[in-house]
Amino acid sequence: MENIITVNNLVKHFGQLKAVDDITFAVKKGERFAFLGPNGAGKSTTIKILTTLLSPDSGEMKLNGFNPISEQDKVRQSFGIVFQDPSLDIELTACENMTYHAVLYGVPREVRDQRTKELLDIVDLWNRRHDLVKTFSGGMKRRLEIARGLLHHPKIFFLDEPTLGLDPQTRNQIWEYIRNLNQKEQTTIFFTTHYMEEAAKNADRIAIIDNGKIIIAGTLKQLLEKTNTQDLETAFLKLTGREIREEGAGSLDRARQSMQIRRGR
Amino acid sequence: MNAIYILWLRQLKRYWRARSRIIGALANPLLFLIAFGFGFGPIFERAGGGDYINFLTPGIIAQSILFTSIFTGIEIIYDKQFGFLKEILVAPVSRINIMLGRTWGGATIAVVQGIIVLLLTFVVGFQLNTILGILPAILIMALTATLFAAIGTTIASLMDDMQGFQLIMNFFILPTFFLSGALFPLDDFPTALKIVAAINPLSYAVDALRYFLVGTTYFGINIDIMVLAIVTVIAVSTGAYFFRKIQIK
Repeated sequence: MENIITVNNLVKHFGQLKAVDDITFAVKKGERFAFLGPNGAGKSTTIKILTTLLSPDSGEMKLNGFNPISEQDKVRQSFGIVFQDPSLDIELTACENMTYHAVLYGVPREVRDQRTKELLDIVDLWNRRHDLVKTFSGGMKRRLEIARGLLHHPKIFFLDEPTLGLDPQTRNQIWEYIRNLNQKEQTTIFFTTHYMEEAAKNADRIAIIDNGKIIIAGTLKQLLEKTNTQDLETAFLKLTGREIREEGAGSLDRARQSMQIRRGR
Repeated sequence: MNAIYILWLRQLKRYWRARSRIIGALANPLLFLIAFGFGFGPIFERAGGGDYINFLTPGIIAQSILFTSIFTGIEIIYDKQFGFLKEILVAPVSRINIMLGRTWGGATIAVVQGIIVLLLTFVVGFQLNTILGILPAILIMALTATLFAAIGTTIASLMDDMQGFQLIMNFFILPTFFLSGALFPLDDFPTALKIVAAINPLSYAVDALRYFLVGTTYFGINIDIMVLAIVTVIAVSTGAYFFRKIQIK
C-alpha cells in the first residue's frame, strides 16, 4: 500500500535541546498508526511540525502528497486533528463549533448540514447540539472535538492523547468511533497515547520515540519479538527505561494559574 | 472572505452572550461622564470653557472605544490559553484573514459600544451640533476602533498570558487616554505635554469626534483624518506581521 505520510531526517531544536533528532518514518494509507513515547520524547513536537504549527530546522516531509512547509493550505485541508489540550470555543454551542469549522475549511452548506448531523449522531451529541460547550463534560468535549476534526473529510486524522483523563467507558466508546471511521472512510489514524493497551488494541503499526529518536517501529508482534517480551508495556519500559520524565507546565496549566490569580484579585 | 466573516461573527456572538461585560464596559465611561461632567463642569464654565458635558462627550466616546477595542485584541491571549487559537491556526486560511476577521470583529463591538455611549450622553444633557455629524462621527469611531484593536492584536501576539495586562493598562492604555485631550483642552497644556498629545493617535480621534459632534477642532479635521488613516494602516500591518509569527509551543 502507498504511504500517506513520509518523514525523512526530520530535526527540530528548542535552543540547546534536540526535541526531534533526525527521525525517519512512514505511515501507510488507511493505517492506524500509534506514536508512543515518554513525556518530552518528541511526540507532540513531531505532530506540530506535521500539522504546520511549527517549522522544522531540517528534513523532508510529505502529507497526502503535499509539503507541510511550502504547501501549507493543501496540507491543512488534508488532515483533521484532536489536540492534547482542548481547542473548542466553550462560549459557543456544539453546532456553532461545527459550523465555524466547516466555514474555515470551505465545506459547502449542504454537505456541512448533513455531515454535522451524521457526525454528531455518531458521537451521541445531536440532542445537545444547541447547548453551550461550557456545559459539557470532559468526555463530551472530546467527542465533539473528534466530530469536528472529521467534518471536512480529512484523509489523515491526528489524535494527540485523545483519551487522556477519561474513564474506561468513554475511552472504549471513543475508540469504537475511531475504529468505525477508519474502516468506513479509510481515514488514516495517527495517534499518541500513554495507555499501552490502547495502542496494542487499536494500532496496525507502532513506533516508539525517545529523546527525539525513533527507537523501534513495526507491528505489535514484531515489537514483542524484537524485544523478547510478552506485552507492549513491558517492551516499552525495556526500551525507554524506568526513569520518570519531567515536563514543563503545559499551556492549560498556565491558563488555569492565571485564571486563579485573576479571580483572587 | 468567508473566514473573515465567520471570525467576525464569532466575536459578535461572544460579545452578545457576555451581557455582564457589556454593562461593565458601559458603566466605566458613564462614571467618567457623570463624575467629571458634573464635578468639573461648573469650574470649566466659570473659566470660560463653555459647556463641559459637550466638551467631554467626544472624549468619553473615544475612551470607551479605546478600552473596548484594545481589550478585544488582547482576548487572543485567552484563545491561546484555552486552545481555540490552535483550531484556527491549523485551518486552511491565510493568517492575514484570521487577523483581519478578529480585528474587525473587535472593532465592530467597540463601535457599537461607542454608539451606545453617545446615546446615553444625551440623557446627561449632551447637545449635538448637527445631526449630519453623526454618520461621519461613526466612521471616525470605526477607524479608531480598527486602529486600537490592531494594537491589541499586536500586544497579544507578543504576550503568553494575562500577567502583563496591568503593565499594558498603566503604561499604555491609561496614558493614551489621559494625555489625549479627552478630558481637558490641549490649548493650555504645557509644551512638553502638547508634544506627547501630538504623537498620541487618540488625540486625533478625540479631535475628529469633537469636530463632527460639537463643531470645534484643535488640529483641524483634515489632519485628524489623515493621521488616523495612516496610523491605522501601520497598526494593522504591524498586527498582521506579529500575528503571523505566533508559534504554538
